[in-house]
Amino acid sequence: MRIEKRLHDSKVMLYASPLLALLLTLLSGALMFALLGRAPLHSLYIFFIAPVSELYGLSELVVKVTPLLLCAIGLTLCFKAKIWNIGAEGQFVFAAMIGGAVSLQLSESQGFWVLPTVIISGALAGMAWAAIAALLLTRFGANEILTTIMLNYIAVNLLLWGVHGPLKDPNGMNFPESALFAAQTMLPVLFDDYRVTIAILIALFMLVVIWVLLGRTLLGFQLRVMGENHNAARFAGFKSNALIWFVLLFSGAMAGLAAVSEINGPVGQLIPTLSLGYGYAAIIVVFMGRMHPLGILLASFLLGLTYLGGEMSQMELELPKSITGLFQGMLLFYLLACDLLIGYRVVFSNRTLGKHPAIAAAVSTPPVSQ
Amino acid sequence: MRLELLSVTKAYPGCIANDAVSLKVEPGEIHALLGENGAGKSTLMKMIYGVVKPDSGQMTWNDREVVISGPAQARQLGMGMVFQHFSLFETLTVTENIALYLTPAEYGTMALLRERIVAVGEEYGLAINPDRLVHTLSVGEQQRVEIIRCLLQDIQLLILDEPTAVLTPPEVDQLIQVLKKLARKGCSILFISHKLHEVNALCDRATILRGGKVTGTCIPSETSASQMARLMLGNELELQDSMPAGNAGATRLTLNKIDVKPRDTFGIHLRDIALTLNAGEILGLAGVAGNGQDELVDLINGELFPDSGELSFDGKSIAKLGVQARRKLGLGVVPADRIGRGAVANMTLIENDLLTGYVTHGVKPGINWVSWGGLRKRAAEIIAQYKVKATGPEATARSLSGGNLQKFIIGREVAQNPKVLVCFHPTWGVDVGAANLIHQQLIALRDSGAAILIISEDLDELYLLADKLGAICGGQLSPIRAKAEVPLAILGQWMTGEFDAVATQTNSSNMNVEAAHAH
Repeated sequence: MRIEKRLHDSKVMLYASPLLALLLTLLSGALMFALLGRAPLHSLYIFFIAPVSELYGLSELVVKVTPLLLCAIGLTLCFKAKIWNIGAEGQFVFAAMIGGAVSLQLSESQGFWVLPTVIISGALAGMAWAAIAALLLTRFGANEILTTIMLNYIAVNLLLWGVHGPLKDPNGMNFPESALFAAQTMLPVLFDDYRVTIAILIALFMLVVIWVLLGRTLLGFQLRVMGENHNAARFAGFKSNALIWFVLLFSGAMAGLAAVSEINGPVGQLIPTLSLGYGYAAIIVVFMGRMHPLGILLASFLLGLTYLGGEMSQMELELPKSITGLFQGMLLFYLLACDLLIGYRVVFSNRTLGKHPAIAAAVSTPPVSQ
Repeated sequence: MRLELLSVTKAYPGCIANDAVSLKVEPGEIHALLGENGAGKSTLMKMIYGVVKPDSGQMTWNDREVVISGPAQARQLGMGMVFQHFSLFETLTVTENIALYLTPAEYGTMALLRERIVAVGEEYGLAINPDRLVHTLSVGEQQRVEIIRCLLQDIQLLILDEPTAVLTPPEVDQLIQVLKKLARKGCSILFISHKLHEVNALCDRATILRGGKVTGTCIPSETSASQMARLMLGNELELQDSMPAGNAGATRLTLNKIDVKPRDTFGIHLRDIALTLNAGEILGLAGVAGNGQDELVDLINGELFPDSGELSFDGKSIAKLGVQARRKLGLGVVPADRIGRGAVANMTLIENDLLTGYVTHGVKPGINWVSWGGLRKRAAEIIAQYKVKATGPEATARSLSGGNLQKFIIGREVAQNPKVLVCFHPTWGVDVGAANLIHQQLIALRDSGAAILIISEDLDELYLLADKLGAICGGQLSPIRAKAEVPLAILGQWMTGEFDAVATQTNSSNMNVEAAHAH
């Protein structure tokens, strides 16, 4: 058995790979549950099915999907252009802090402009955080993977400083939390009794926007060319610095919207642990979704489910909630492994070479007469 | 019989590189292996030298059947090979490089080895200073090092993979002398080439490959170049050996006293670049690779900006304009690296048309909306007009052979109706049929009033197409003269940087000129 380069990348494997990765994750998950002394099938049911077996569970899934999808929308443009922005998490956290501060400031204000101001301030804060990485990359050539990861830590510590200091609720008995946001700064819910807000509509709208952008506009084409071949983009006269600024600012704005969707939605205040790693999980969403808008929509539901599954396992199986991270990690790990099969195939013996259709055709071609 | 191959076959996924190839080489024979790019020449050489293992077939060496397990064994048997890309360490001296190739038992001490290098160099006319660092040597001299290290062993067969591709005409003459001397001493030589006049000048016999199969063997001295070309290319092809001259019109592009400092340590400093491109005229620029051609193309394309000097298009300065603005004025560029710069491998031909076409068509101005329908039609037209072999406009650039992709890229640029077209290696690695078509299209574009600059290492191509000729060496331009005033010998000297050379010494080099024009 050996691994051989394919003649062409396999279209089938491109789409089969995420499904295969999911299957392997389920198998490994079952094994893990068994080793922990739980019934594997029942545990998988608790993790993946039970959370969404009721309408309320489904609505909670949409609540988790909203920030994931918003972050993933921004990252899709970055990754299409091969700008490896790992900083959605930091942009999310920084935007949450600024958006939260603005929300607290406006707790006494009334008017139609209050909520838009909160939303825009969150988006701008996310852009500002991403702009640091954009500046470092375009001006000094600093690797964006490193700068965005480091900015994540800075953002998290800024938030901790905020909730332990100036943003702390004066009447909160010294807990590191802000005051609850006033009603007029909160995103309206779509249905009574459920926590789904209008942010999901914004996310779906932006999903269509990038779909059109990538498929039908020169800008989207330029991003794709830059991702495929930097030298060709340069040769064709595309302004790569401008494109880098655009994708990073756009993705910062999306992470900022995600932050607002979370703190001005289900959370309702600033807390130290307000991000559950949405910015990181969104990276998995984008790769699972094959950087296609429809794909990332599906993948964001899968990743959203791992959050609910983790909580459910904690309640029903008495397992730690960090099991969420385990499943996310396994998904990414298996996905990267399965993606090898897009460009390569497994061959079980040497003889198959002659059976390859292209070779067979070449062999059967009659000799050219002289 | 020194070497005999019997029905050797080697398949790679998707192609049969060698299909039942048989070959015989006598002692002291210079044997040419002739074929287009992709005919399977290099694979065959690598199998003989043990780099690649055949799937089936037999090989005999000095009348005994052998199975070569690797290059080490091939060397032990008395084979040497000079690859197209040299395997030398640039920071080591000539002697050190050769020592690395041999075992200590083979060379004794460094001092002894040094003496042998000098002796072999004198014996075969391969003069080289053994103490020089390799990176200070010219390409021709580096090739000598490669040959010398083969000669230090008891060599019976020397394999050379397109040895002349990197050499200037005087260096080619020298190499031919060396190889003839070697053959007289009994060493067999396998010489890979696709240049017919070299094979004619040097080889005793030739085996011709096409599409991995032997299409014939011949004695070059008794066979006409066109007969050999037919064996290489198939029957139907008609080779063009002259093109009509152009009529110069208005000046389109002017470069004057331009100086561009290198971008990095490996870049070439362009100095005092002055040339004009006139409508209806082709300027051909010769030069050995890496002498500033890349920088010159980038300079005209607008990726590299002059530090001083004038650059103007139709009388207006464009020195500060970017790629897009220059293309809008009517500039077209075909880069040398077609899959690395000229096209995006994983994108369709439609998208690859848009790559440079976005300046002139396919995009609604203002909102930058792409109209894929129109682009698709246009790509289909280019495919039809240039006989590009592709499954359709949706085929990815990667799925096309080099020649077909090049036809598409040239078609893409010509379809934009440029006033000035710069072509870097227009037919590099392209089969002769496609090259012929590209040549005709370039001439047609010129006759429709475009100014064309062709930068090429293929001197035959330059003599065929150009109205004026010059050369680039070390980032500087030679004088530029009408083709008739520049015999090959002069152009060769210009390529080595002797820009003072003028057309007075033509008598001694008439032979070369004829050889170059033989096909």
